[in-house]
Amino acid sequence: MATMNMLQAINNALDIAMAEDEKVICFGEDVGIFGGVFRATSHLQEKYGKARCFNTPLVEQGIIGFANGLAAQGSVPVAEIQFADYIFPAFDQIVNETAKYRYRSGDLFNVGGLTIRTPYGGGIAGGLYHSQSPEAYFTHTPGLKVVVPRNPYQAKGLLLAAIRDPDPVLFLEPKRLYRAAVGEVPEDDYQLQIGEAEVIKEGSDITLVGWGAQMEVIGKAVELAEEQGIACEVIDLRSLLPWDADTVVESVLKTGRLVVSHEAPLTGGFAGEIAATVQERCFLYLESPIRRVTGLDTPFPLALEKEYLPDHLKIFEAIRESVNF
Amino acid sequence: MMTNHVHQPAFMTGDEFSIDTFSLLDAEGELYSGASEPALERDHARRLYQAMLATRILDERMMAAQRQGRLSFYMQCVGEEAAVIGAAAALDDADMIMAQYREQGALMYRGFSIDEFMNQLFGNELDYGKGRQMPVHYGSRKLHYMTISSPLATQIPQATGYAYGQKLAGDGLCTLTFFGEGAASEGDFHAALNMASVHKVPVIFFCRNNGYAISTPAVEQFAADGIAPRAFGYHMHVIRVDGNDVLAVFEATRQARKIAVEQNQPVLIEAMTYRLAAHSSSDDPSGYRLKSEEETWRLKDPVLRMQKWLLKKGWWSEEEETREQETRRQEVLDTMKRAEKRTAPPLESLVSDVYADVTPELQRQFDQLKKHIRRYPEAYPRGARSLDLDVDTANDAQGDA
Repeated sequence: MATMNMLQAINNALDIAMAEDEKVICFGEDVGIFGGVFRATSHLQEKYGKARCFNTPLVEQGIIGFANGLAAQGSVPVAEIQFADYIFPAFDQIVNETAKYRYRSGDLFNVGGLTIRTPYGGGIAGGLYHSQSPEAYFTHTPGLKVVVPRNPYQAKGLLLAAIRDPDPVLFLEPKRLYRAAVGEVPEDDYQLQIGEAEVIKEGSDITLVGWGAQMEVIGKAVELAEEQGIACEVIDLRSLLPWDADTVVESVLKTGRLVVSHEAPLTGGFAGEIAATVQERCFLYLESPIRRVTGLDTPFPLALEKEYLPDHLKIFEAIRESVNF
Repeated sequence: MMTNHVHQPAFMTGDEFSIDTFSLLDAEGELYSGASEPALERDHARRLYQAMLATRILDERMMAAQRQGRLSFYMQCVGEEAAVIGAAAALDDADMIMAQYREQGALMYRGFSIDEFMNQLFGNELDYGKGRQMPVHYGSRKLHYMTISSPLATQIPQATGYAYGQKLAGDGLCTLTFFGEGAASEGDFHAALNMASVHKVPVIFFCRNNGYAISTPAVEQFAADGIAPRAFGYHMHVIRVDGNDVLAVFEATRQARKIAVEQNQPVLIEAMTYRLAAHSSSDDPSGYRLKSEEETWRLKDPVLRMQKWLLKKGWWSEEEETREQETRRQEVLDTMKRAEKRTAPPLESLVSDVYADVTPELQRQFDQLKKHIRRYPEAYPRGARSLDLDVDTANDAQGDA
């Protein structure tokens, strides 16, 4: 075991993957000698050479188009989009190409080797173009997998799984936690199962569901709730596509109450999908309406970031109201 | 980069450069004076011509079939056979081709059978694409021909990436990507050329400048002298070629390939040609261009030009021409009859290949669908028949794709 922050864990996962398989290739804007603007790819060019870790021109649609072709050829590209806010020029390549490669060719060709890494989320005074959580655009796209880790241990195990997964994976990294989240991480190779949620804490009164950086916020809200004697069950979804409905449903059948929280805006957010599925499968067991605690239906703010964010107090209120319904 | 400093402002427009068009054969199939014949062996030349002829015949018959209502949609290569097949013939057969949608001639040249064409066109149980894409979206792994994708220009940066992988693999192969002059307006085109130049990738960008993007003429697509000058902006090798002159296309592509694989440098080829047919079976060119314009280009027919050259060389005969045409027409008709009678792909192909394995949620949705179809079988005859069989016939029948 070693103590690592999330960036170190991600860097370590990339290092292991590149050492193991020479087909693994990392690229993106500034990922070369500089090691990425967040340093997730530090020292990889020194270790594995410029052919396998390099800067690209500043063109997101080109990065993903290039990555699709490279993956179709049989390589294992790990493409970085510097901020999730800047992924949209590549939206066509991801949604129409990456996601449909295997299907449209009848499995003659696929881009399963592809992993797209991109930092997402707010809380870093990044304003509307360095804070967005665009996961719901991609969870609406069959053929993609969407994975979000919550801490260094999860980040390493899930990233290694994503790189080796037979399907293309969009790996959303909570950038607020890049250096803030520190934990024990095995130095050896390990993988965590994509598509499986994790029950982080068991409890009988209410279920809380989230992913990525929001798990830390949910944790704080749960502390407040537990002080008031409310026993919370906490689930980290980890994969949004495919998502582990069984684990969530099993929990809600037990607790009868559900709060889902994400930073992205409410309308069309992934919490809506979870709520719809849970009401279908747990209808007669629900003790109170399912609550969504999310960002507002606005662009991401700057000066009033604190007010916008679904913080622990807003989640705590939702828990209280749900339990007292 | 060295640059001169001047002390009076001087603007440039690109008119300072003019790009020549490389051509070898005139419309009568004679070599221009000063032109040298490319290194094209007799058998290779015959294979090339036979693919041109077969493509022309396939297009004629399938367009007619579409008009008879036997086929939902079709796109012809007519007029552009030399550009497409001349380029394919200059490649190694193991080089990757990433095409747009009008390049069936390249696939014909590589040996895609009429059966294989038909199965895709009719989206039947033997279609490699499992009936998922509209007609003409062919693909073949064994022939190194990437499955066609409708969104324009997406294949161009992918070709750069594919070729980068070939360079790392060190297999001496390259990728050629086809696209139209309209698609070259997409951002993906510029991204692809820039990345290929920066990363020194063995890729050939082959633009079929056929004058029209559906109804939009080239003059409304770009203000510059075609697509070729864009290469300068990326410091890339470029050549413009008469796209109706198969020998010139062949020779230009052959030399481009040498640059690509020997120097790891991308090359842009702009083939000047003309889309003689409509954009697709859903288009009617009489609304946007004159018959007289089409007639001037018919006189430059690339298939006829190649045929004349072959006849003069004694590598082809009138008898062979007649026999080949009859045989091919009959083959197309017979194959079409077989292909259109085949059943649709099995119901299971609705959910397979979305992921490497069907996810639990998708399996749940599929089970629900099957239950529904069993309740109303007459409303879903294809799905119901597939459920009755309860066997995956397509997988058994597919063979080497």
